[in-house]
Amino acid sequence: MNFSEILNVAWEGITANKVRSLLTMLGIIIGVAAVIIMIAISAGTEATIAEQINSLGANLIIVTPKRGTPGASRTLLFSDAEAIAEEVHGITGVAAEQNTTTLIVKSSEAAFETTATGTTADFPDVRDVPVGDGRFFTQQELDRTAKVAVLGYGIAIDLFGEQDPIGQTVTIGTTKFTVIGVMAEKGLVADVDYDGRIYIPITVVFQKFAPSQMAGDRVRTIYAQAESQETMDSAILQIESLLARRHDVELDSPDFTVQTQQDIISTQEATTAAFRSLLAWVAGVSLIVGGIGIMNIMLVSVTERTREIGIRQSVGATPNDIRWQFLTEALMLSLVGGLIGVVAGVGGSWIFGASGDMRTVIVPTSILLAFGSAAIVGVFFGYFPANKAAQLDPIEALRHE
Amino acid sequence: MNQQPIIQTADLRKIYGMGDIAVAALDGVSVRIDPGEFVSIMGPSGSGKSTLMNILGCLDRPTEGKYILAGEDVSDLNKEQLAAIRNRQLGFIFQSYNLLSRTTALKNVMLPLLYDQNNHRSNEEREEMALAALTAVGLADRVNHQPNEMSGGQKQRVAIARALINNPSLILADEPTGNLDTKSGYEIMDLMHELHDRGHTIVMVTHEPDIAEHTERVICVRDGKVESDGRDGANHCAQPSPAEGRR
Repeated sequence: MNFSEILNVAWEGITANKVRSLLTMLGIIIGVAAVIIMIAISAGTEATIAEQINSLGANLIIVTPKRGTPGASRTLLFSDAEAIAEEVHGITGVAAEQNTTTLIVKSSEAAFETTATGTTADFPDVRDVPVGDGRFFTQQELDRTAKVAVLGYGIAIDLFGEQDPIGQTVTIGTTKFTVIGVMAEKGLVADVDYDGRIYIPITVVFQKFAPSQMAGDRVRTIYAQAESQETMDSAILQIESLLARRHDVELDSPDFTVQTQQDIISTQEATTAAFRSLLAWVAGVSLIVGGIGIMNIMLVSVTERTREIGIRQSVGATPNDIRWQFLTEALMLSLVGGLIGVVAGVGGSWIFGASGDMRTVIVPTSILLAFGSAAIVGVFFGYFPANKAAQLDPIEALRHE
Repeated sequence: MNQQPIIQTADLRKIYGMGDIAVAALDGVSVRIDPGEFVSIMGPSGSGKSTLMNILGCLDRPTEGKYILAGEDVSDLNKEQLAAIRNRQLGFIFQSYNLLSRTTALKNVMLPLLYDQNNHRSNEEREEMALAALTAVGLADRVNHQPNEMSGGQKQRVAIARALINNPSLILADEPTGNLDTKSGYEIMDLMHELHDRGHTIVMVTHEPDIAEHTERVICVRDGKVESDGRDGANHCAQPSPAEGRR
């Protein structure tokens, strides 16, 4: 038999029992569609995370105390930030951050517990968080520990509702602050709700709100913005050697960590990769279940068609001819199922994406992966029934009712 | 008679089981059938005639002995080779027709051509050949009918057309009239005679003496051995008791 004859016979076998063939393919259709949709959803999630992290600020360098180093949280000082601003070349701005402890924040309208973020005048530029209304505080206000506050978009509504918050007074702990600005809406980025923050000059945090066990001008993070992608590496090296010198530590065992957004994205990707491979495995298992469905129905089919196999053998079909016939049938079921699954998967991903809540990115390799897996499943689970058919004894097969 | 025989067997044995429980279904059968002969094999059920038929039809292999079919020793061929021999040298006619039920007469008749390893004919050629074969058995107007739309006699004609399509050296008929009413049975026997007259070699298994009477030579098998072999009809065979089954 040549190839087209084999295909023809297999096609006749499949179409002889259309409903059953369709149900058998359903397993593969669902499996393939699941693989494509799962990967599209996790790729969409990753793309969202990467975009958000990039939106933390362009060419951002992030310096934090190194976790796990004894006493490290005491090591990063405001003077380090000032030194970076003065001495490091190729950066356009530096911002430091230190939070207050949890305090009661109240306005004339509302009161609740939260923390305030102390920072510096460069913060909106460095972190790419623009001011929506009013203005951010200035270097002068920072220097004279002015009691001014800039509210996140959401917290401004929480505190003042419909009223214009600018010029109003907000009490943080026991200290009264004048609201001078409201940030533009930013949302949740890398688990930080930027709209829920209250920004005050970091010098005020040092003066009024330093947690008792911390003395002086300790900061939790220093952000530096490089002039461009090209100056990043040089700026990082300068910051590292500067801080090592100031902290009197070796460069290869620092008590601080210097990261870029790319590092954070990579870390995030490592987490989502685990999630993604879990999804892919779940989808893969459904493919295998689909394959078992094919094997099951092929075994039934071989038994049902024993007489037919005997007839074909009696007129000269070799074991190989019979094996190919059933293997092709199984393969055709899984490939047609796979093709429908690809259409369903791509369509499903698109619908998920278009319907709102979930962002999906269709990954071309996932289509190849899913379709290829379907083909492998077809061969793998089709071989056993096909071989069983090929091994049938012609006499027994002809006698079969 | 110097011509090469179609069938030549020497001391064929088929033994089922092993050791003490071994049963010889065939216990030393030597027959020779020449081209153009029309031979019946008769015997009661359990006599070994079906086993002999299966071995002659290359559906089974003898445990011992030699079987030379049209000059080729087929006793030791493997399954693939036996399939090729069945395709090329043999045409089967079965009691229960053994047609593919959901396939048209034309496609049923084409089936052996599909498995012909030596000739790769185009689909058009195959259809032409099948049409000619169906015309030869008087079914030119039934080519696109499926077996379930046909009478028993018509189905058996389709089976005969299928048996002839590859121009085999030997036609093996296993109780070809067993499922047919008397009239259709005689029609089929007439067709068999026609084939015989055209020079085909036919070996037919039957348990019906009046069907065996049609053939020029009757071989009687009992207990796995050839009991008698004669040209005087079925008379020389011990009559099977009416209670015995068809095989």
